[in-house]
Amino acid sequence: MSIAFPVPDEAVLARRDEIIAGLARLVHPEALIVTEDERRAFETDALTAYRRMPLAVVLPSTTEEVSAVLRFCHEHGVKVVPRGAGTSLAGGAIPQEDAIILGVAKMNRMIAVDFMNRTARVQSGITNLAISQAVAHEGFFYAPDPSSQLACTIAGNIAMNSGGAHCLKYGVTTNNLLGVTLVLLDGTVVQIGGEHLDSEGYDLLGLVCGSEGQLGVVTEAVVRILRAAEGARPALMGFDSVEDAGACVAAIIGAGIIPVALEYMDRPAIKICEAFAHAGYPLDVEAMLIIEVEGSDEEIDDMLGRIVEIAKPFNPRAVKVAASEAEAAAIWKGRKSAFGATGRISDYICMDGTIPTGQLPHVLSRIDEIVKGYGLGVANVFHAGDGNLHPLVLFDINKPGEMEKAEAAGEDILRLCVEVGGCLTGEHGVGIEKRDLMRCQFTDEDLHQQMRVRGVFDPAWLMNPAKVFPLDGRVA
Amino acid sequence: MTLHTPTTEPEACQVVADAAGRRTPLTLQGGGTKTDLGRPAQAEANLSSAGLTGVTLYEPAELVIGARAGTPLREVVATLAERGQELSFEPMDHRVLLGTTGEPTIGAVAAGNISGPRRILSGAARDSLIGVRFVNGRAEAIKSGGRVMKNVTGLDLVKLMAGSWGTLGFLTEVTFKVQPRPERIATLSLPGLSDARAVEALCTAAASPFEVTGAAHLPGERTLIRIEGFSTAIDYRLGQLRRVLKGFGTPDVIEGEAAADLWRGIRDGAPLAEPRDRAVWRISTAPTMGPGLVEAIAGALDARWYYDWSGGLIWLSTPATGDAGAAAIRAAVARAGGHATLIRAPMEVRAAVDVFQPLSEPLMRVSMGIKASLDPAGVFNPGRMHAGV
Repeated sequence: MSIAFPVPDEAVLARRDEIIAGLARLVHPEALIVTEDERRAFETDALTAYRRMPLAVVLPSTTEEVSAVLRFCHEHGVKVVPRGAGTSLAGGAIPQEDAIILGVAKMNRMIAVDFMNRTARVQSGITNLAISQAVAHEGFFYAPDPSSQLACTIAGNIAMNSGGAHCLKYGVTTNNLLGVTLVLLDGTVVQIGGEHLDSEGYDLLGLVCGSEGQLGVVTEAVVRILRAAEGARPALMGFDSVEDAGACVAAIIGAGIIPVALEYMDRPAIKICEAFAHAGYPLDVEAMLIIEVEGSDEEIDDMLGRIVEIAKPFNPRAVKVAASEAEAAAIWKGRKSAFGATGRISDYICMDGTIPTGQLPHVLSRIDEIVKGYGLGVANVFHAGDGNLHPLVLFDINKPGEMEKAEAAGEDILRLCVEVGGCLTGEHGVGIEKRDLMRCQFTDEDLHQQMRVRGVFDPAWLMNPAKVFPLDGRVA
Repeated sequence: MTLHTPTTEPEACQVVADAAGRRTPLTLQGGGTKTDLGRPAQAEANLSSAGLTGVTLYEPAELVIGARAGTPLREVVATLAERGQELSFEPMDHRVLLGTTGEPTIGAVAAGNISGPRRILSGAARDSLIGVRFVNGRAEAIKSGGRVMKNVTGLDLVKLMAGSWGTLGFLTEVTFKVQPRPERIATLSLPGLSDARAVEALCTAAASPFEVTGAAHLPGERTLIRIEGFSTAIDYRLGQLRRVLKGFGTPDVIEGEAAADLWRGIRDGAPLAEPRDRAVWRISTAPTMGPGLVEAIAGALDARWYYDWSGGLIWLSTPATGDAGAAAIRAAVARAGGHATLIRAPMEVRAAVDVFQPLSEPLMRVSMGIKASLDPAGVFNPGRMHAGV
C-alpha cells in the first residue's frame, strides 16, 4: 500500500449531515446515496487494492442536476470525484472520505444518431459498447474500443482519453470526439464543439479529453461514428525471438501497411491465454503477433499475402490466417481475455507505459530483468504498432510484501519507458497509480504549467484533487 | 520593429523574458505566410522561429517525425517522401489565398492547426501532433506530449497549442505522427449536381466502407470523391463507389497530376483566390447543414463558394467592403451550428469585425484564463484571435 491519500478534511467530515441535506434539496431522492452499505459499492474502481469510503454518492439524471450539485460543492468547498462506470485501472475514480462521488451512470441515453453526418449525440453515462450497438444496424460503429467497453462509459473514456486495440488505424477518444456539454465547477454549462469539425477558439475539447475529471463534468458528447469495413480478418504468427517479432512489426509498417490491429504477446501470455481460450496459439514460440486487416475479401487476401511475404525474413513460425469467422473469433478471444485469464492464475498489476517501438527488444529484456530482480513473474500483452505496453506483473497477494514488490517493479518499468523516450501511460491515465511518478516524465515547470491551466477551471482543487499531480508542490 | 531570431531554445527564453519584463508584446512568426490572418496585432518586436530549423527525429517504422518549429514545411514533406510517407492531414498552403511569399513552417502548421481535404478521414493537424516544446510567457521551456502516439500522461497541452495561433506560447519543436503515402490515388468526378444533391452524394460516399479521403463540390463544375490505397483495392473501391453513387450520375475517374492539382487547389482555396479584392471566409458546419447555410448567406450577400469535407467545410468569398458579410455569415452559422473564420480581408476590416468565431461568455472567460495561465504578461500575439487573449 504505497500510494498516499491526502488527509481528509475534518471540517468537511464534521459537516457531513449538513452537506447531505444540502444535496438532498438539489436532486431526486433516488439520486442520493448515503448509507454505508450502498456507498460501499463506490469505494474503489478497477484499482481494487485501494479503497476509500466517499462522503456521499450522487447519481444525477440531468445536466441541470449535475450543475446544481457542482455549484453547491463549489460554494461549500466540498470535493468532487466524478465517476463513470468505475472501471479505471489507474484509480481515476477512487473516492476520498471528504469528497462526494458524482456519477453519470444514470444519464445513459442515446440522444440522436445522424448517419449522413456520421455523428452520435449521447448522454455521457452511456457505455462505450452501447454506442456501437445502437448504430450497428446501419453498419456503423464507434471506433475506440477499450477492453472494458461493455461496462465503461463515454464520460470515463473522455476523462481518460481511452484507446483500445484498434487505435493504430482509428485513433483514441480525442480523435473521435466532436463536442461535449461540460459543466464547470461553478455550475456553468458550456457547449464545446458540436456536429461540425474542429471546435472554435482554443481546442478546449482536446484539453478536456484526458483531463481525468479535473476540469468539469461532461454530461453529453457528440462522437464520430464510422462505417465499418466490409470485413476484417486476423492472422497470427509466432517468432523465435522478441527481436524477430519487433523487426517484423517495423517491416510491415515500413512497407506502408497500417493493420487495423497489431497485437503482441510473449511466451507466458500465450500460455495463459491458450489455456483459457483454446485459440490454437503456438506454445513453443517466444513471441506472437496478431495482425488484423480490414476490407473486402479480396483486399484482405491481398494485404495478408503482402504481410506474410514481408514477415518471411524474420522466420515466422506457425503462421495462421483465420479461415472462418469462428477462427477469427478464437484468435481474438485469447487476446481479449488476457487480463481475465491471467487473473485466474495469479494476482497481477497491469502497467500501461508506451515506448518507441524501436526499443521493444531492449525494453522487454529489461522488464524481464526488473521483474526477476523482485522475484516475480511477468506476462506481456500489448499494442505493438503503437508501442503501448501492458506488462502484467504477477504476484501473490497472500504473500506478505509481494504486492509492494509488484508495485515497485511496476514503477521501475514505467521509469524505463520514460527513459527510452516513451511515457508513463498510453491509455489508462495517471489517476493515483502514476501520480507520484509524474516528475520522472515532466519537469516542475512542465507540471506547474499544466496545473496553472487546470487552475483556470478549479483554483481551489476541489475536482478529483488526489489524482494526476503529486500531492506536494501544487499550484493553481 | 525589432526582429528576434533565436537559434536555440534558451535564446528564445531570453527574448521572452525581456519582453515579459518590459511588457512589450511580440508577434510570433514562422515563415510569415499567414501574418495577415487574424486581428491586426500591435507589437514592437517580432519573435521568429526562422533560426530554429532542422528535422530532429525521424523514425519511419515508428511513423513519427520531429522538427524544430522553423523548419520549412517543404523540407519535412520532402524528408517524409524519401521514405514513402507523408503528413496525413494535408496542410493547406495559405500563400495561394493571401498572396504572401516565403516558406510555411512546420511550427506554424501546428500553431494554426492547418489541415486540408483528408481531414475528414485522417483528422486535423492537432490529431497528428503528438508532442510540442514551447516557451511560455514566464520564459520557461515547456514540453507536452512526446514522440509516442499513445500518451495520456498529464493535461494535453499539445492540443491547446494547436490552433492557438501563437497566442499561448512560442513553439520551438513539434512532433507529428505520419502515415504511408498511398500506392495509388483516384478521384471520381460527378458533373452537374446542385449543392444539395452534391452534398448528399458526398455524405453517401463518406458513409460507405470505402474510406473516402477527399469529398468536395465545386458548384456549377463537379463533385469530387477521392480514394487512396493499394492499387488492387482502388480498382475494387472505384467499382463499389460507382454502384453506391449510381443515383447521382455517371462519374469520370481522374488520376495523376491533373487530379493532384485539383485537390491542391481545393486545399488552398484556389477557386476563390481571384479576384484578390474579395474577402474569403472559412466555415465549418455539419455537412448536411452546408447547402442551407450557404443559401441563407447568398440570399443576403454577393457570395461565391465551394465545399470541402463532404460539405462541412465551406470556402466563401464576399465583397471586402463594410463588414465583409460578417453579420449575415455569423447569423447563418449561429442557426446551422459551427464556426466561421475570416481568412482574408483588408486590415481595416479585420480590425473592425471578429476574425475568429466569437465565443460564448463562459468560453471567453475560460479562454482568457488560459491565456493568463500561459502568458501572464500578455506578450504573445495579443488580440490576434480575440480581444483580450
